[in-house]
Amino acid sequence: MSETKETTLTAEREKRRGLMALLHGNRVFRSLFRHGLPDTNRNRALATFSNFFLHVQPVKVRLRAIKFTQTFYLGGLSLVCFGTLTITGILLMFYYHPSVPRAYEDMKDLQFVVSSGTFLRNLHRWSAHVMVALVFLHMVRVFFAGAYKPPREFNWVLGVILFVLTVLLSYTGYLLPWDQLAYWAVTVGANMAKAVPVMGEDIRFLMLGGTEVGENALIRFYVLHCVVLPLALTGVIALHLWRVRKDGGLHLPPLKGKGGEGDR
Amino acid sequence: MTTKQRTFTPAESEDARQIPVRVAEVQEDERFAVEDRDEPKVMSFPHLVLREAIALLGMSLFLVLLSLFADAPLEQIANPAMTPNPAKAPWYFLGLQELLHYYPPLVAGVLLPGLVVMALIQIPYFDVNLKREALWTAPRPGRATLVLLVAFAVAFLFNVAAHNTVWPIIIPTVVVGIIMALPGYLGAHGRLLSWLSSRSIPFYVFFWFLSVAVVLTVVGTLFRGPGWALTFPWREGIY
Repeated sequence: MSETKETTLTAEREKRRGLMALLHGNRVFRSLFRHGLPDTNRNRALATFSNFFLHVQPVKVRLRAIKFTQTFYLGGLSLVCFGTLTITGILLMFYYHPSVPRAYEDMKDLQFVVSSGTFLRNLHRWSAHVMVALVFLHMVRVFFAGAYKPPREFNWVLGVILFVLTVLLSYTGYLLPWDQLAYWAVTVGANMAKAVPVMGEDIRFLMLGGTEVGENALIRFYVLHCVVLPLALTGVIALHLWRVRKDGGLHLPPLKGKGGEGDR
Repeated sequence: MTTKQRTFTPAESEDARQIPVRVAEVQEDERFAVEDRDEPKVMSFPHLVLREAIALLGMSLFLVLLSLFADAPLEQIANPAMTPNPAKAPWYFLGLQELLHYYPPLVAGVLLPGLVVMALIQIPYFDVNLKREALWTAPRPGRATLVLLVAFAVAFLFNVAAHNTVWPIIIPTVVVGIIMALPGYLGAHGRLLSWLSSRSIPFYVFFWFLSVAVVLTVVGTLFRGPGWALTFPWREGIY
């Protein structure tokens, strides 16, 4: 097909599409999304792989792999929780001072002074609990599907690391409100660290920045919770998703009647 | 027009324009491409993207509703001089805290969680029945008895190291042992038994780990009160 003929065809098609076509014909829009209206398979393919956020995914997927009951979208939903936690977390940081007793007073301010402060804190807290549960359920689902088997061994390891990081994020965040609940939960955890043979006391000291849970522990947990652990989690998530593609996409049980050992 | 004569040396170069000779080496290599079976495929855009958008919106809606109707707990300001009774960690740590009731801190706080993480990491590498072949292909009472004995031995071993009877470990261990041995005695009659008999050993080991973890967490969360004494949520409420 000659180029002029193709342009006239596209032009005709776009004339028929109305508003969406107008948008896709717009110069500014085209500088953002270089493909035309996704009404051809070529443009649909371009919509996936010419987009920074979507190129993580393959252009074509097996229908079974995107069925809800195949995976319950547990990994993706964990990611949604992480996104919610990042956004609400940044908003909470605007109102928070990691010092004693200011940290607790900020909680009270969120409750009584800040507009929708309680809602903001609720959203952060409940997303965290839901995320821990979802990540664990994701791990269970992956095990029972047998998706950890070669060639996906290392991605399973990355998954275990992600689970540990999630729990650590949740644990470090637990101290920040500086109420009785936070203080004693972290004290229980810190006392467990003391039980490590030989260097238990040192680990606890390193963790808390002192011999007991105080302002030094608060600032350490704050930095870990807001900077170190989220960055680590983001990095490992990127690796994890990349490995899903590189290890052959989503693990699916062999089709019925095609042989194979199935999943036990 | 003159053609430039180049000397061809059989060498490998990263710049193909400098030495226009490529030495090809055929090497066996493995790539894990998607196993291309004759199964229906769809374009990611819009089929997958649309589903993701729905999942994102659904989850966001759920979290927003939850946050509108349930408030995050906030107690009095931290007071090192006043220890609440019981002092509880967040729910996902209550399984560990429940273990502290039975074992010295070294075992409950360091050894067992460390072993669990290590066990999880090594799952795909430790080549025990990675193909997950069925545990039972025919009824074998002798082997079933062995399975039961191992379950009892594991439960016993967990109890030996404890200073209280570890019911939250003993009960799930024995129950999983019985479920595991059942098809070995009775054969694969009926849907449930045939499903159970076609499970593999790794399946049962993970199922056991899961049962113990869930029972410990539930007991620690719902059934423990002041002094870590046994309470019932329907009588005393949740501490």
